[in-house]
Amino acid sequence: MGALEAGCRYYFGYPITPQSDVPEYIARHLPALGGQFIQAESEIASINMLLGAAACGARAMTSSSSPGISLKQEGISYMAGSECPGLIVNVCRSGPGLGGIDASQADYFQAVKGGGHGGYHIIVLAPDSVQEMYDLAMLAFDLSDRYRIPAMLLADAVIGQMKEGLVAHKYVPPADLAEKTWALTEKCNSGKRKVVKSLRLGDGEMEAHNNNLHARYAEMAQREVRYEGLHLDDAELVLTAFGSCARIAKTALRLAREQGMKVGMLRPVTLFPFPAAPLREHCATARKVLCFELNNGQMVDDVRLALPDKEVAFYGRAPGAGSLPTPEEFLAQIRTHYEA
Amino acid sequence: MNTQMKQVFSRPDSLKDVQTHFCPGCQHGTIHRLVAEAMDHFAIKDKTIGIASVGCSVFLYDYFDIDVIEAPHGRAPAVATGAKRVHPERVVFAYQGDGDLAAIGTSEIIHAANRGEQLTIIFVNNTTYGMTGGQMAPTTLPGQVTSTSPTGRDVASQGYPMKMAELIGSLDGCSYSARVAVDSPKHVIQAAKAMRKAFEVQINGAGFAFLEVLSTCPTNWGMSPLAANKRVGEEMIPYFPLGTYKDNSAV
Repeated sequence: MGALEAGCRYYFGYPITPQSDVPEYIARHLPALGGQFIQAESEIASINMLLGAAACGARAMTSSSSPGISLKQEGISYMAGSECPGLIVNVCRSGPGLGGIDASQADYFQAVKGGGHGGYHIIVLAPDSVQEMYDLAMLAFDLSDRYRIPAMLLADAVIGQMKEGLVAHKYVPPADLAEKTWALTEKCNSGKRKVVKSLRLGDGEMEAHNNNLHARYAEMAQREVRYEGLHLDDAELVLTAFGSCARIAKTALRLAREQGMKVGMLRPVTLFPFPAAPLREHCATARKVLCFELNNGQMVDDVRLALPDKEVAFYGRAPGAGSLPTPEEFLAQIRTHYEA
Repeated sequence: MNTQMKQVFSRPDSLKDVQTHFCPGCQHGTIHRLVAEAMDHFAIKDKTIGIASVGCSVFLYDYFDIDVIEAPHGRAPAVATGAKRVHPERVVFAYQGDGDLAAIGTSEIIHAANRGEQLTIIFVNNTTYGMTGGQMAPTTLPGQVTSTSPTGRDVASQGYPMKMAELIGSLDGCSYSARVAVDSPKHVIQAAKAMRKAFEVQINGAGFAFLEVLSTCPTNWGMSPLAANKRVGEEMIPYFPLGTYKDNSAV
């Protein structure tokens, strides 16, 4: 819904659980908005249709789940290389291979470390509610267009399938968002020819391009980091968690505060760029940091890189048998680390 | 008398005045020219989008005076689909080799054709992977020696050459499918006509158009340009018959 409100008029996708709600919703609603929905023959075709639409200046998207996102990595790399903006939604599955369909955050590394070949990054946003799924879809398009870097919403089965209150609101494009003068335009091209490509064979051309991309990553780290902070002012123990895991951690945090423990929380909303600087700032006086994840430990690496002098503990598990960790389970971890 | 002389032959307007990287005797140059002549004929170069594929043809953005999007290996029909759906009033063609279209990209070409996308696909079949140094292609002929079929293609273990014009023509979504060659003046004239048709189908909104062009690769075949040209007529055309396999375009 957020994507459509943000002006996305082209969707290309392929069915896979637990994200099929996305193409089903869009197939019903996009044609009425004058847009086009294509159920492609594969995730590979979907991402390449997205590349073609993006090169033509359109706001367009695809969605899938872990194995399908793996298939899209070739196209995501080409989009990164040819500087095509676009939205990719990953409603993550659990585990390698076909894996499971439990709520899981197993794809953090794949999402924030590039995923495909070539040493690039994409923008990664992690919604923790239906509302944020809506809001961040809009932000994803804005950031993606501004920096000409593909953007991903990294969600899981909980965020992707739960029913929750949503306040819909009108999309307002940022006033300073530049026109896509690099894109292939609608009408005849009587001026300068436009070429959207990633092959760079000229002497030094590839290096210059990579340096340019990495300069943009650095700029995003300065300007575009987003996070939510809770009780950080007096926190002796700072929790970090993203997405649906942060919902469980928030409840555990409330319980801990009720029991008199000075615990705070920093929830990264942008996973790339990672909120390393705010984390350093807010953890300056904390004794310890505890990272919760629905996997066996991925974001914790970035937390430790941001806080080389802090003790950073980790607790997480990829859900099995349909069971998510409970707030009480997290609370027990908080008590152990708070008292230690 | 000079004032009455008329120029009857020149570089097509849609081709840039640059040297190509193609090897001596390679027929990509001829096929590029036919594509450019078709664009000139319909005066569409300002509204055409070319999709460059992976292989020797990737550099078409340096040769055609048009907008170009470069596609990943085999994915040109999917990229073309995205582009055409966004800009339906523009003319979109993809130019693909045999490894690109008939091996790694079989899924994309079949489904783009089956959806009846309003696209023109130029498929250059030279029975080998040219850019990577002459490996066995899906169109390599039985017994043909390549760097990865050093004793000749053995159909018992390596399968048969893919007849793409027939395959694509069999799909309900395809409006036009034909195979041509450029090994003789007669065939070039026929190819030029088919090329115009392949663009005309799209311009008239009549659906998906597919044109397979048999071509040479003297370097990787280990032949002189003349011998390579001769091989097209003697070995390729008997296996890949020229002709129109589908024409539902009603244009």
